[in-house]
Amino acid sequence: MTPQARPGGAVVTFEHVTKRYGPPGVPPAVDDLSLAIPAGEICVLVGPSGCGKTTTMRMINRLAEPTAGRITIDGQDVRDLSAVELRRGIGYVIQQVGLFPHLTVGENVAIVPRLLRWPEPRIRERVEELLELVGLEPGAYRARYPASLSGGERQRVGVARALAADPPVMLMDEPFGAVDPILRDRLQNELLRLQAKVGKTIVFVTHDVDEAIKMADRVAILRRGGVLAQFDTPEAILSAPASEFVEHFVGADRGLKRLSLAKVRDLQLIQPLIVRVGEPRVEVRRRMEVDGTGYALLVDAADRPLGWVDSAELAADGTLTEEEATPGAPPLQPETTLRDALSTLLGSSVQLGVVTDERDRVLGLLSVDAISEVLRPDATAPRS
Amino acid sequence: MEFLGEVAAWFSDPASWEGRNSIPLRLWEHVSLSATALALGVLIALPIGLAIGHSGRGARAAVAITNIGRAIPSLGWLGMVLPITLVLFERGGLGFLPALIALVALAIPPIVTNTYAGLREVDRELIDAARGMGMGERRILTAVEVPIALPVILAGVRSSAVQVVATATLAAVVAGGTLGDFILQGIFVRDLPRVFGAALMVAVLALATEGLFALLQRLATSPGLRAATDVGRTS
Ligand SMILES: Nc1ncnc2c1ncn2[C@@H]1O[C@H](COP(=O)(O)OP(=O)(O)O)[C@@H](O)[C@H]1O
Ligand SMILES: [Mg+2]
Repeated sequence: MTPQARPGGAVVTFEHVTKRYGPPGVPPAVDDLSLAIPAGEICVLVGPSGCGKTTTMRMINRLAEPTAGRITIDGQDVRDLSAVELRRGIGYVIQQVGLFPHLTVGENVAIVPRLLRWPEPRIRERVEELLELVGLEPGAYRARYPASLSGGERQRVGVARALAADPPVMLMDEPFGAVDPILRDRLQNELLRLQAKVGKTIVFVTHDVDEAIKMADRVAILRRGGVLAQFDTPEAILSAPASEFVEHFVGADRGLKRLSLAKVRDLQLIQPLIVRVGEPRVEVRRRMEVDGTGYALLVDAADRPLGWVDSAELAADGTLTEEEATPGAPPLQPETTLRDALSTLLGSSVQLGVVTDERDRVLGLLSVDAISEVLRPDATAPRS
Repeated sequence: MEFLGEVAAWFSDPASWEGRNSIPLRLWEHVSLSATALALGVLIALPIGLAIGHSGRGARAAVAITNIGRAIPSLGWLGMVLPITLVLFERGGLGFLPALIALVALAIPPIVTNTYAGLREVDRELIDAARGMGMGERRILTAVEVPIALPVILAGVRSSAVQVVATATLAAVVAGGTLGDFILQGIFVRDLPRVFGAALMVAVLALATEGLFALLQRLATSPGLRAATDVGRTS
């Protein structure tokens, strides 16, 4: 991991932080926790349910107050500010997203800027910019209400809202816990892409080890009672678990999990023969003969993949239509981990997956063979 | 048919429309008494409902009020509160005051319980999100809880209003006045068309009140909340 100038984030430190909900004697929710989260990194808090992840996170914005110890952001004690002021400077995303149903998407995103009394024109501009940043067309989404959005769209609005006042620190409590696996993968990728642009310090809570390994620059594994079991990079956690607990928690398939450290973009993609809707079949047949593979990828006018066309089933004349494509596996993205890519491909019983960019345009093909290359014992997982 | 003709005759008699016993005067008494009682009821009940709804404290009392409110029919209320106020203010010439107090007491329970219930129904996650974004408690109440609970709160006001309008009829018993006066007069002089005509006006007034508040409720509800029930949630 190359150290990068990440201007968007702040260092978050825990110094001997303990949190008890009950009287002394009852095991604490968080026990003497010390760690320093570097600026601009994603730190994932992971561990079994009830181990104190949420409590740890909520002490940063003082939704929970430590019983003992100190938390600082860029060296400043979080208790130096009023709780309300502090929170306006920290992004907050929860599992159920918490969009206000009575407010439009635009009004939801504008909440913190309004609390900070930004002038209206600046707020309007910022809302526009944020919706674009999370891939929602402002004209189409600004005036809609949360109830009319899909789960994924709501998540994106939630992230935009948390980013509104450009806070150096973002807290995300199981943000993708309630969405289906395919959408989760997509949202994870979007967040990583976004993070590459904004460079926030993100404290991300999950109980899913795979998600932790995929998202984290650094993983903090907690065990019951809020004890820190290991705080390290995903590579180090997989290759050198600090204790039996970590080894057990990470799981026996550590080899396979190492696939989670590499992304689709780390591998060489195959360039398929691409044919377009509306192309004359005669021409398509000729190009397929030259190509020699016997199949081609059909795309629409915006370069979005529709599926495969087989030369054996191609009608003699006329032009290609959308209907004749045989759909393949769900598209992969450059940020998809090789592990997820492999399971997507195996799950759809195909050898080749289509990789698309953030606008769903075809980037190339990934083969199962290319992934298994990485799995060979002597191969080291490539890491970008 | 003949009877309805007599009712119509009462309505069209010019004498019914002027003087100290006219329809407009009684209607005005009825509406102003009801409106005053409702306004006072809202003024008292709303802060109570908001306080217990936001803090969650005093819920037991709220439940007790609901149960009392539900168990006693409005006529019973008036029957109970009237003698008490009459005893308390043991002088004549009180005018509408005892009736007003009874009607305010009648208006309070539905507003308190609906306000309380409406606020409690607001998703805790939303309040956590609001707090986490740096909203103060007062702003959480005014910008999140109340707007989301507004349909339920207004439903409480609406049911109070309808009950008050219907029950204001009984004010005639103690204070004279209101449309109830025509009913008493009619019974006393065996003028049934007048009883019927007055009762009809009370019914129309109650329906109009219901309609007015239904409209208000619609206008005050965010389209986002309406969409939530129309469209359903997609995830
Ligand atoms: N507000 C609270 N009051 C009392 N106990 C709590 C509260 N919040 C959490 N706890 C307890 O603290 C422990 C850690 O909880 P939490 O931080 O939510 O864990 P996690 O997010 O890892 O599932 C649990 O035993 C939980 O029951
Ligand atoms: Mg939790």
